Amino acid sequence: MSGGDPGRTQRFAVVRTPGGLSFRFRPRALAVSAVCLLVALGLGVVLIGSGDFPMAPADVVRTLAGRGSPADSLIVNEIRLPRVAAGLAVGAALGLAGAIFQSLVRNPLGSPDILGFTQGAATGVLAVIVLAGGGSAAVASGAAAGGIATGLLVYAAAGRGGAHGQRLVLVGIGVAAILTGVNGYLLTQADIIDAARAVLWLTGSLDGRDWADAAPVLAALAVLGPLVLVGCGRALRMLEMGDDAAHGLGVPIARARLIMLAAAVLLTSLAAAAAGPVSFVALTAPQLARRLTRTTGPNLLPAACMGAALLVAADWAAQRAFPGHQLPVGVVTGLLGGGYLVWLLVTERRTGRI
Amino acid sequence: MPSTRSTQAEADASGPPRARRTGGPAPASGARAARPVRSRSARAAGLAGALLLLLAVLVLSLAVGAKPLSPAEAWDGLVHSGSGSHTVVHQMRLPRTLLGLLAGVALGLAGAVMQALTRNPLADPGLLGINAGASAAVVSAISFAGISSFAGFVWFAFAGAGVVAVLLYAVGGGHGATPARLALAGSALNAALFSYVNAVQLLDTASLDRMRFWTVGSLGAAQPSTVVRVAPFVAAGLVLALLLARPLNAMAMGEDAARSLGARPGRARIAAIAAVTLLCGSATAACGPVVFVGLMVPHLVRALTGPDLRWLLPYCAVLSPALMLGADVLGRVLVRPSELQVGIVMVVLGGPVFLYFVRRPRGRAAAA
Repeated sequence: MSGGDPGRTQRFAVVRTPGGLSFRFRPRALAVSAVCLLVALGLGVVLIGSGDFPMAPADVVRTLAGRGSPADSLIVNEIRLPRVAAGLAVGAALGLAGAIFQSLVRNPLGSPDILGFTQGAATGVLAVIVLAGGGSAAVASGAAAGGIATGLLVYAAAGRGGAHGQRLVLVGIGVAAILTGVNGYLLTQADIIDAARAVLWLTGSLDGRDWADAAPVLAALAVLGPLVLVGCGRALRMLEMGDDAAHGLGVPIARARLIMLAAAVLLTSLAAAAAGPVSFVALTAPQLARRLTRTTGPNLLPAACMGAALLVAADWAAQRAFPGHQLPVGVVTGLLGGGYLVWLLVTERRTGRI
Repeated sequence: MPSTRSTQAEADASGPPRARRTGGPAPASGARAARPVRSRSARAAGLAGALLLLLAVLVLSLAVGAKPLSPAEAWDGLVHSGSGSHTVVHQMRLPRTLLGLLAGVALGLAGAVMQALTRNPLADPGLLGINAGASAAVVSAISFAGISSFAGFVWFAFAGAGVVAVLLYAVGGGHGATPARLALAGSALNAALFSYVNAVQLLDTASLDRMRFWTVGSLGAAQPSTVVRVAPFVAAGLVLALLLARPLNAMAMGEDAARSLGARPGRARIAAIAAVTLLCGSATAACGPVVFVGLMVPHLVRALTGPDLRWLLPYCAVLSPALMLGADVLGRVLVRPSELQVGIVMVVLGGPVFLYFVRRPRGRAAAA
């Protein structure tokens, strides 16, 4: 897959330090990342400024810098910032995880929504809500545990050396179908109040998120982000050329794949723990990033920045779409993502990539 | 069951031709060349055996439940209006059994036709999103149009199933689509449609209570009126599917070969999509989305009859309802006094089977 236009050359820039280190990067990819990040942060400021107590963006920025009035400071730092921070982190985590999955399975549709990981996180949460009636901390750990357990299950079911593209996809789809059934069953076992709460969670929502919700996914991004970007970006790019080529270029295939799979599953699970299984961000962000950077390869950093921008934009739209109704963000990403998906299916068919 | 003669024939042919069959994505023609043509009588005997099995499951479905009945009591309740078990059998178990019969026929045939049409061994109306399309349309009908009767939302179900079937075929059908691609496209559609279903349920908690039972796939709420209304659609789909056996057989050898044999691939394709839409739409409207029936039964049957659709389809039409009702009966027994919905039992049974297909060598060859 990883098409890209063969006619376009990929331009690299190289920076050499006096000490003999050198970095190679694509200026366009870096520019796209920067623009996405700026859009994400800008939307974040807008989002912080909007609500029942509106604030001008300038006030928001001043308050964030620590020079606002006490009242502003309370609203921004205690109430709205955690929600926006959670949104940015979840979006970035999903974008990054999606980019890793799509590279690993060599298919633009290979996102965690489709391979069963979000369903697994949902199973964990439903089990907590329905069977134990747990609070939000228990729900979050249920999501993380469910997602990680599903990751292990899929990896084990794919079998020795089976974690390559097609088989991983098919095993993931099978596991997703099983878990969907299990989730449906758990939903029928709940009383109607728990069921409504579970459906809200299953849709993906940022309502009422505080620092405790945002912290785990922020920490995961801080640790896994650099690890994946620096440590695995190259290996991932090689793996996209095929196992044989990558092996020939000296990539330790099995180990690289396992590490990246683990990182992606962890990011997905923690994102789901923070905001629920927000659909389609992991699918669309890497695709949009790839189109903007016009380069092949996993595009990890642009995908993460794009994910953050998408999620915050969707959250903003969800609060504005129906006056009087506050929709959960997952409804917006689901509807937009579904439309995008159909378009992707139709256009990508011609290029033969799906 | 195969006679001695045909098993002998198979033993003779199990050498080189079998090896040839493992070579590629194996269109049915290749497989047919490899498989011995079993005698007509052996296949007919097998079909009769399958019918007996179905009959036994039908009796079980009437007899097993919160109030267990002996087969004799069940029969008594079925035919004598005065008997003690009459109410239970007529009001609850008979509609449920008949609905399971119809839905099983529909889902199994739909799976078999889809597998033949897409030449994809992993095709299943549930996995490929056709049931999800019908579900999304039905949920919209329940929530936005306030329609709650089967007669009302069956048309929505057809519309939803039809749109997804056409879209899927446009995307994943035809040449160059590997099973993995089609499965991916289907499960992506599934994800999109079920996220829509979730969103609707969220905005309308009043309908959630009804919908959450319907969306797992259940026969528990079967009404006599639903059975009466769903029957004509399934019958029409059944006839259409059986008529398609010959053209789809021809198309398995490739479009050009089919054309030179006098088949019209374009027309057959449209008819096949119509049949799948009718079958999946009515089954989903009647008992919610049920996955894996259309995957498991055709696979099992192919091992018994070979890929000739003239035999495969009738076998599927008999064995799929047996599986569906068997799963339903199992669901009634497993967690007494409560019950597991048939869709959930099917997932638990079908999921591992699916993983087995994916993992065995031939599945891998087909997926590559």
